[in-house]
Amino acid sequence: MTSKNSKVVELEQVVIRFAGDSGDGMQLTGSLFSDSTAFAGNDFATFPDYPSEIRAPQGTVSGVSGFQIHFGQKTVHTPGDLADVLVAMNPASLKANMRWIKEGAIIILDADAFIEKGVIKAGYLEDPTLDGSLSGFKLIKSPISTLTKEAVKHLDLDMKSTLKSKNMFALGIIMYLFNRELDMTNLYFERKFKANPLVVEANKAVLAAGFNYADTMEFFGTTYKVEPAFLKKGKYRNITGNIATAWGFMAASERSGRPLFLGSYPITPATEILQELTNHKSLSVKAFQAEDEIAGIVSSIGASYTGALAITTTSGPGLSLKSEAIGLAVMTELPLVIVDVQRGGPSTGLPTKSEQSDLLQALFGRNGEAPVIIIAAKSSSDCFYSAYEASKLSLEHMTPVILLTDGMLANGSEVFKIPKVADLSPITPPLAEANDPLYKPYRRDPEKLNRQWAIPGTHGLRHRIGGLEKEDVSGNVSHDPLNHQKMTFLREEKVQRVANYIPEQEVFGNPNADLLVVSWGGTFGVMITVVEKMQQQGQSIALAHFKHIMPLPKNTEDVFDRYKKIVVCEINNGQFVKYLRMSYPQFKYYQHNKIQGLPFMIAELEAKFNELLNQ
Amino acid sequence: MENQIIDTERIQLTKEDFSSDQMVKWCPGCGDHAILHAIENVFPNLGVAKEDFVVVSGIGCSSRFPYYMNTYGIHSIHGRAAAIATGVKLANPNLSVWMISGDGDSMAIGGNHFIHVIRRNLDINLLLFNNKIYGLTKGQFSPTTPKGTKTKTSPQGTFERPFNPGELVIGAQGNFFARTIDTNPKAMTVVFMEAAKHKGTSVVEILQNCVIFSNKAHELITSRETRDEYQLFVEHGKPMIFGAKKDKGIVLKGTKLEIVTIGENGITESDILVHDQYEKDSGVHAMISSMMPPEFPVALGVIRSVKAETFDQAMMNSIEFAKEHSPIKTMDDLLNSGSTWTID
Repeated sequence: MTSKNSKVVELEQVVIRFAGDSGDGMQLTGSLFSDSTAFAGNDFATFPDYPSEIRAPQGTVSGVSGFQIHFGQKTVHTPGDLADVLVAMNPASLKANMRWIKEGAIIILDADAFIEKGVIKAGYLEDPTLDGSLSGFKLIKSPISTLTKEAVKHLDLDMKSTLKSKNMFALGIIMYLFNRELDMTNLYFERKFKANPLVVEANKAVLAAGFNYADTMEFFGTTYKVEPAFLKKGKYRNITGNIATAWGFMAASERSGRPLFLGSYPITPATEILQELTNHKSLSVKAFQAEDEIAGIVSSIGASYTGALAITTTSGPGLSLKSEAIGLAVMTELPLVIVDVQRGGPSTGLPTKSEQSDLLQALFGRNGEAPVIIIAAKSSSDCFYSAYEASKLSLEHMTPVILLTDGMLANGSEVFKIPKVADLSPITPPLAEANDPLYKPYRRDPEKLNRQWAIPGTHGLRHRIGGLEKEDVSGNVSHDPLNHQKMTFLREEKVQRVANYIPEQEVFGNPNADLLVVSWGGTFGVMITVVEKMQQQGQSIALAHFKHIMPLPKNTEDVFDRYKKIVVCEINNGQFVKYLRMSYPQFKYYQHNKIQGLPFMIAELEAKFNELLNQ
Repeated sequence: MENQIIDTERIQLTKEDFSSDQMVKWCPGCGDHAILHAIENVFPNLGVAKEDFVVVSGIGCSSRFPYYMNTYGIHSIHGRAAAIATGVKLANPNLSVWMISGDGDSMAIGGNHFIHVIRRNLDINLLLFNNKIYGLTKGQFSPTTPKGTKTKTSPQGTFERPFNPGELVIGAQGNFFARTIDTNPKAMTVVFMEAAKHKGTSVVEILQNCVIFSNKAHELITSRETRDEYQLFVEHGKPMIFGAKKDKGIVLKGTKLEIVTIGENGITESDILVHDQYEKDSGVHAMISSMMPPEFPVALGVIRSVKAETFDQAMMNSIEFAKEHSPIKTMDDLLNSGSTWTID
């Protein structure tokens, strides 16, 4: 099916936002459109935006669930700022999303939902489609519910099931507008609802009805097309940050030969990692859903002692609960990866909103001198490589690693080039050999300073470890003053030496630009988009985006030294900048911070950078 | 009952194989010494290679135990030994995992892990040293301290109701509960052997004396003058008889236990309740566990021992099943599964 009646306009990139009541199936609608986008060969990134309540009051602004997709023929780094197209299934979703759409955007509405009751429930005084407030937009107001009922009239379907499929009518309209084929989506229905042929038929009929309706109506006489992106040769898939994180660990497990153990307790937005790993028993993954956050990490420490690649996954409040146990892993010098999918805090904070505010907790949130390696993933697909590298560093250096991702990366998805496991860098944990007469629990490798890993069941290596201070080399309990100082230095130095095993800090752009933009973790997509855009406009600007936080790359100081002005941008109240001021106090750091549970917008960063450049 | 097969023919070990070179630093006269000796006598006789033992603990006097055993071991953090044990056992179900804990460690700060490890029925042996006091922090009341006891944090006597660990075990659907006492090495050895043989979470409460902060906490049960009246050794298939003259017995009257005297009011030995440690219904086991002086003697020995699937075995079974039935055999299979597309 392709459109015949309209002229086709080519676009470089498009942002579409699907919004509806949290029970309207907008996440599914969005993900089906994503699949079709992949099939069309575009690069894309997506982000779901849903309330923390599972079913907030129907028809209210707080109950609106959204899904945004940004696709293009060039590399797409972010889910996009403002939308070109908004699908709003009720007045509340229109109200909630007006601030997220461009001037002149296309708005597709279900006219049947714009009745007095719905309008008032959404908090409007008057029907916004009638009072002229939408005159600056291209409005498609269609009786979606009525037409959906009409489309399945021939099927013996109850009203509830009928109305459940109205999201497919909206999807049909969008598919038409963007010249998409319906075959793939129909195939999805056939697979997904195999057990219920009636539902397959209904969804197919409604999708086609939406598509044909749009064709017949010839909205604006125009449809749109985005040419395929110039992606490198290879095999691709769409992946969310949480799935990529889970898979990165599984790949590290296979490559290191160490079975994967996860001890975890459900917490938004980290839960999907636990769920995903629970699904892969065929790859010998042991995923243990513990009774609490503490048991999650502590069981992982037990598994680590027993020779597993052990990980625990959580979000901010859970990381607080795990602090004492991280100290145990520091003291026992066992490999352990702690994933913190950051969300808005403090306390319960904003569970479904993203923030970068756990950095200082990750760096310093433990009793005693307790250094750990810290890595921050920079995109959804990079979560795979970050989890892999966190595992490698933890296993090879025998020390805990905190991997910071965030809600944006975790739930957002992007195109992922599928790697071959054999091409990933090898992982070689320092296993002690059976009956080694020289084995001592705290004897260290002279280069990395790691101790050896002696696994229960191995002959001739019986030993005890624990949270009490250890005597150098022997590992016996020791309260000796000088030994404690020495061991503190050794644990610190061991982590610092990891700088010899991570890449140098990369800079995008002119090595002598007027302004160096510094960022870290999940903001990479928007930072690189803005910096590249400004570079193309001839601005003297460069970007240093940090993935390695502890230790910092060895050349960090040299990089900073080359620039006149440095601005540190973070989704928090200035945590990385504090750390940089502490580590390299000789530089002056400007800062740009946003603490609204929202990502940076391109325009706001551009304004900030221009202001600094013009000063 | 089908239990773990003990093959001492294959593995011949002695007590010396398990003695560590570390100086034992418990107070002289502490009940922990006797428990350590009993364990040293049990380990060589379990048919388990010495490399396959892992002893884990939390924090407290008892939790220093792993340092004194020449096995693999972890001395972890307060209350968390059950979670450590869970990770160790799930990572390698072939290991013989022994968890050492105290009444503060398992009944207070680690209460959550204690009930959940039991609920899941992880195959470990959990030795609970109950001295009814916080010893390492020098004498504050614990969740098992009897009501009214004066301690450093209850100068007028506690007004909290104490836990009875056996009730918690049964409340958490435990399948194995035994009680023993530090003054009786022989009884300890027997109970530890039984615990080791049982597959599942085997909880053994050891009434243990702290000579410094709760000395004589178990005096009624242990003193020469009163112990016969306050100790009841339960044995499967045998009537619950006690007393210096072996003339007292326990009967079930209505929904309660009662003490009767054989030879009085027409009571004969055949009226006495016969212990059945294998009974799945935990009702009588709960009642026996609850018996406490001065109203009742305390029940010692294996009170409950019921066979059930263990958590570690269930997890291994589900992994084996998935390995057999899933088309995903390698990480490359997974990466290339589902919806993918190729750019040439």
